[in-house]
Amino acid sequence: MDKTSPFFINLKCRECGRTYPKQAIHVCDFDFGPLEAAYDYDAIRSVLTRAVIESRPQTMWRYRELLPIDGEPTVGTQVGFTPLVKADRLAKALGIRELYVKNDTVNYPTLSFKDRVVSVALSRACELGFKVVACASTGNLANSVAANAASAGLKSYVLIPADLEQGKVLGSLVYGTNVISIHGAYDQVNRLCSEIAGKYGWGFVNINLRPYYAEGSKSMGYEICEQLGWRIPTHTVAPMASGSLLTKIHKAYGEFARLGLVENTPFSVYGAQATGCAPIAHAMKLGTDIVKPVPKPETIVKSLAIGTPADGYYAIHAMRQTSGTAEDCTDEEVVEGIRLLAECEGIFSETAGGVTVSCAKKLIETGKIPRDGSAVLCITGHGLKTQEAIIGKCGTPRIIKPSLREFEEQVYHKDSVLA
Amino acid sequence: MPTVLIPTPLRRLTNDLEEVSAAGADIGTLIDNLDKAFPGLKDRVCDESGNVRRFVNIYVNGEDIRFLQEKATPVNENDEISIVPAIAGG
Repeated sequence: MDKTSPFFINLKCRECGRTYPKQAIHVCDFDFGPLEAAYDYDAIRSVLTRAVIESRPQTMWRYRELLPIDGEPTVGTQVGFTPLVKADRLAKALGIRELYVKNDTVNYPTLSFKDRVVSVALSRACELGFKVVACASTGNLANSVAANAASAGLKSYVLIPADLEQGKVLGSLVYGTNVISIHGAYDQVNRLCSEIAGKYGWGFVNINLRPYYAEGSKSMGYEICEQLGWRIPTHTVAPMASGSLLTKIHKAYGEFARLGLVENTPFSVYGAQATGCAPIAHAMKLGTDIVKPVPKPETIVKSLAIGTPADGYYAIHAMRQTSGTAEDCTDEEVVEGIRLLAECEGIFSETAGGVTVSCAKKLIETGKIPRDGSAVLCITGHGLKTQEAIIGKCGTPRIIKPSLREFEEQVYHKDSVLA
Repeated sequence: MPTVLIPTPLRRLTNDLEEVSAAGADIGTLIDNLDKAFPGLKDRVCDESGNVRRFVNIYVNGEDIRFLQEKATPVNENDEISIVPAIAGG
């Protein structure tokens, strides 16, 4: 059965607009611009209403006309529709009137937003007949590709920098994938993967399948709008590695407005990076759109340590066009951000989430996000995967013998005095 | 003469040569001279305004011209110029 989606029509160069067939290609032949999935929005408008969406299962695929596959999804059908948490205690701690946390720490199955992009990429990879899939990754993508490939019976290779957190390495190995650790930074891993993709015809989800992969991030934006009661949030803060997530959230809000699913209200998007690898934030602060690569990223936030962000230019334009901006924070501030989110809202995020919380704090403190405003923070992965970042920084257990008297002396009475 | 490394996607314009020689006082002139020898090359590397395309990187001895003087970056006799399409990914 060769079904073709009437909604997802072709791939289109973001620079010159040349169109291409819906194959595993990602670069324009003419000017090397990135290819992006293009849709027939009139056709989508005629079938996709709020009622239709609300009638579908609570997964990212309730928006399937806006996702670039031809048939029904076959990989990652349970992904998405994670909680949008109203974060009153964190709002108070950050000094803003209203705050929500889009909680992808509990995304299914691998506890990060990457399951969204992998679900699309691997569903498309199956449609295109790939038997081996792969990725270059800073950790979460590898976990997701490994898990979802296993569930689909696909052979997989995940290529990662050799210094990734143990939780992320184990969280790939366990699925039986082939983990290739590279002595190098992410950019070098990525370059090698481009060469392998070119030579061996594997489906690299973030290289030759990138136009499909990237679209999966839009689902986070769609869900935020739906879960807010069908409206676009005024302020959205997202972490930036390649910059892709932020650009796709921006695209998602615009698509919903275009389709009349939400009112076309003004909104701003803000990007968050770690100071040790903040090429996009630095360009933004300098007022340029030329992103200077960071050859050797140095930060505990390994998930965002991409020195040459592929979507840096587009992320800058999304922020500028929406009167947003970017911020960066130190490694100490990252840990503070993780702890603040955990202690205020009971959400344990990985380092990228700490970046988002701390940068949001700075954006509010400096008045870039108004204190009487309402904001959404995109929290993209679970803290159990980056434990190294907080070891020794959250206090220690109090150790006592199993004796009531010792408990009373060491714990109860001490705490009563302090209360 | 300076050497210019040609990336795979552009080699069909240079008779499959991966390395060519070209002269020019600066990058802009060098590109014009390359185009005379290999017609069509400039159009792939520069847009209608004559600026280097966003997803094309040009390096002089390993340094990106965007952080030097763009097209006005001077070229010396033994320089190695690389034309590299930007890698997308991540």
